[in-house]
Amino acid sequence: MKWLSKAYIWVIMLFLYAPIGVLIFFSFNQSKSRSNFTGFTLDWYVKLFHNDLILQSLLNTLIVALVSSIVATVIGTAAAVGIGSMKKWKKSLIMNITYLPIVNPEIVIGVSFMLLFVLAQGLLGRIGLGFEFGYGTLILAHVTFNLPYVILNVLPKMRQMDKFVYEAALDLGCPPAKAFFKVVLPEIMPGILSGFLMAFTYSLDDFVISYFVSGASSQTLPITIYSMTRRKVSPEINAISAMIFVVVLTVLLLVNFHGAHKERHARREGGIA
Amino acid sequence: MKTKHSSLFTLPYLIWSLIFIIVPMGLVVLFAFTTESGQFTLDYVSQVGEYTNVLIRSVWLAAIATVICLLIGYPLAFIMSRMPGFQQQTMLMLIMLPMWMNFLLRTYAWMTILEKNGLLNKLLGLVGLGPFDMINTQGAVVLGMVYNYLPFMILPLYSIMTKIDNRTIEAAQDLGANTKNVFLRIVIPMSMPGISTGITMVFVPSVSTFIISRMLGGGGNLLIGDLIDLQFLGNAYNPHLGSAISLVLMVLILLCMSLLNQFNGDEEREGMLL
Amino acid sequence: MSNTIISLRDIVVEFDGQRVLEGLNLDIHDKEFVTFLGPSGCGKTTTLRIIGGFVDPKEGDVFFEGKRINDLPPHKRHVNTVFQRYALFPHLNVFENIAFGLRIQKRPEPEVKERVSEMLALVNLKGYEKRNVNLLSGGQQQRVAIARALVNHPRVLLLDEPLGALDLKLRKEMQTELKRIQKSTGITFIYVTHDQEEALTMSDTVVVMNDGDIQQIGTPEDIYNEPKNAFVADFIGESNIIDGIMLRDCFVEFAGAQFVCVDKGFAPSEPVDVVIRPEDVKVVPEGEGQLSGMVESVTFKGVHFEMSVTVYGQEWLIHSTQSQEVGSVIGMRLNPEDIHIMKKMEETL
Repeated sequence: MKWLSKAYIWVIMLFLYAPIGVLIFFSFNQSKSRSNFTGFTLDWYVKLFHNDLILQSLLNTLIVALVSSIVATVIGTAAAVGIGSMKKWKKSLIMNITYLPIVNPEIVIGVSFMLLFVLAQGLLGRIGLGFEFGYGTLILAHVTFNLPYVILNVLPKMRQMDKFVYEAALDLGCPPAKAFFKVVLPEIMPGILSGFLMAFTYSLDDFVISYFVSGASSQTLPITIYSMTRRKVSPEINAISAMIFVVVLTVLLLVNFHGAHKERHARREGGIA
Repeated sequence: MKTKHSSLFTLPYLIWSLIFIIVPMGLVVLFAFTTESGQFTLDYVSQVGEYTNVLIRSVWLAAIATVICLLIGYPLAFIMSRMPGFQQQTMLMLIMLPMWMNFLLRTYAWMTILEKNGLLNKLLGLVGLGPFDMINTQGAVVLGMVYNYLPFMILPLYSIMTKIDNRTIEAAQDLGANTKNVFLRIVIPMSMPGISTGITMVFVPSVSTFIISRMLGGGGNLLIGDLIDLQFLGNAYNPHLGSAISLVLMVLILLCMSLLNQFNGDEEREGMLL
Repeated sequence: MSNTIISLRDIVVEFDGQRVLEGLNLDIHDKEFVTFLGPSGCGKTTTLRIIGGFVDPKEGDVFFEGKRINDLPPHKRHVNTVFQRYALFPHLNVFENIAFGLRIQKRPEPEVKERVSEMLALVNLKGYEKRNVNLLSGGQQQRVAIARALVNHPRVLLLDEPLGALDLKLRKEMQTELKRIQKSTGITFIYVTHDQEEALTMSDTVVVMNDGDIQQIGTPEDIYNEPKNAFVADFIGESNIIDGIMLRDCFVEFAGAQFVCVDKGFAPSEPVDVVIRPEDVKVVPEGEGQLSGMVESVTFKGVHFEMSVTVYGQEWLIHSTQSQEVGSVIGMRLNPEDIHIMKKMEETL
């Protein structure tokens, strides 16, 4: 039984990683062929770093992801704090709205944003407030689909928190706003952080919704990648894949290492007490 | 935390969701039932009927992909959940890592592998087989779905299975259950919420995809998503028909989900999605 | 008795339309150890939270040293609270938890240091400054919570079932400890508990509450020896409550016999509740007592035997240092001062 499960895991890992491996392997290929390896080169990486379109869209992606996840974190955290103290029926109504962007197919969300923005373009254009699809529309859309992730990360922390901690701060002479920042915020901070990180990564990675709300001047990296795949042969894509893979791997390893380190640290502290 | 004004904190979010969730959804419904001049019509909704074959194909392919994901993912999730802690973490990381690669790249990878003169045909040629027509087939589309969404099946299954105490299984064995009975009577019933979450999380993106079908299915295997895309950003520009198709897609998914939700409580869902 | 520090006047509290307190009146004197005692849901914690400022009464006034403080928010009251499950700040260490109130007041660092270490000494936690509060034992967390509340030098300390989460031995220890701290600081303690033994050992004054109203206020001795009604008698210690008829002053009939007692002021032939403490019943040989009963069961309780005895068709609880055989018939004697006569309770109870 043991070897069977081991073999099973290996087969699935092969399935998951072989395509990525192939992609990365051919990023070092001299020719444009995707099946014949003709010799080793780093040319595609050099080209990548001189490709203004790709660099610009990478910058766009980072700006949109950063701004939208910060805005979503602020609004979402406030919302979670409020939801935590709500009556049952109100709470479940709001939670149902919150789940909507998660359970709805991305394409429908993208399309609905497009309808909204086209309509707004018309209406606002008439009063001289016309706008183009671009950073603005991208950020509004990204904030919207990021909000549920922030709320769903902060809410459990609100629930776990001893609600008397806030009262204890008031009791010791803290005015309400200060009590919130000194006592409640540090308590729910891990939830806020993981919500922010989740929002940030979803935002970086999003293609479908961005596809419907971006303008010509504000393409994000996934959209640029999409247009590159349409042109088929372009080993720069392979080079991008390799870079992204390395970045993701590094981040994941760092997070995991940090987590393991923290855990060991906590255990050691516990041992003394 | 209970203060008189704490529900005010929710206000910005409520206003935001009104403008950017409720209103856009309302617009989809509105567009689906009106003409360009704003008159009520059922034309677009009934026009969706012309695409019944596409609808059936989408649901069919997504269903096959979902079942395959469940069959592949279930044993893996169970094996993972019985591993020692450190190995569980490593496995989790290995499964999530491809997820963080953009799905366009993952799909593109299969494009290069399945091509007529791609890597797979070349390898098969070495042993004297093929070449086969693999890309631009329904099989390739299903493969793309399975590859992209398999982690969405494994993760909820895994997280529910870690909650199944080994002692529960031992108790069943103690009471005379063999391996088959342990699975049929203990593990599967207890992992039901994970199964339905996994199914939802694979089925919904599969049935509504337009990238996978475009990249791996060629022109001949249009799905609902492609239809919608065509009406909004394609040559067939017609947001009213596009909205009508979107509406049908939402209703379809809602139906499938409500079927599944009979197994699944609300509290479970929250934990699963994270 | 010293001056009144807190007064509650005609306090009414409703939660979701349900009355929790109905017209409560109470004066609390300075430097006293006062305990609110009652079963859960009696309104004792709500009363405490009114004083702390966490509950707004629907009607009635709260006075602190003669000034009405209904509208004063919690952070402006000279009252500090030790919360039920301590509510320590998990992200701060022991020192910073205790220093919290001082930091809010922006006290200079040397003063903070001095006052915190003073508090640590008071609660016997010297050397724990840098400890993570989440890793302390229940008793230690308890001490931090007390130090944190006392460091502000409040006029009144509110304690909401602070020992509820501790085991029996630790609870006993902390009871003496709390009493000592109260004596040495001279701060008024208002203590909420449902444990009658705790209330009797620690308090100067006990306020017995039930169903949102005060049943009796008095010293522990008063409450135990002279319960005002059958509820108090039943809640404080164990007791037998028997239907009786007051024949005239100092003369009562119950359990088929007539007794001399010390209570007066009832109407002739008024039906009353007669309360007898189990330890006040003296067991004598059959025929020598005023009453007789059949022993139904005997349980060894360490210092005494607890016996269930059927007397005149009703079950009595009797404590005795000598065991009796189950099924045997015993005689029982009662001293006049051990027979407590109370007005019949209203049917609402």
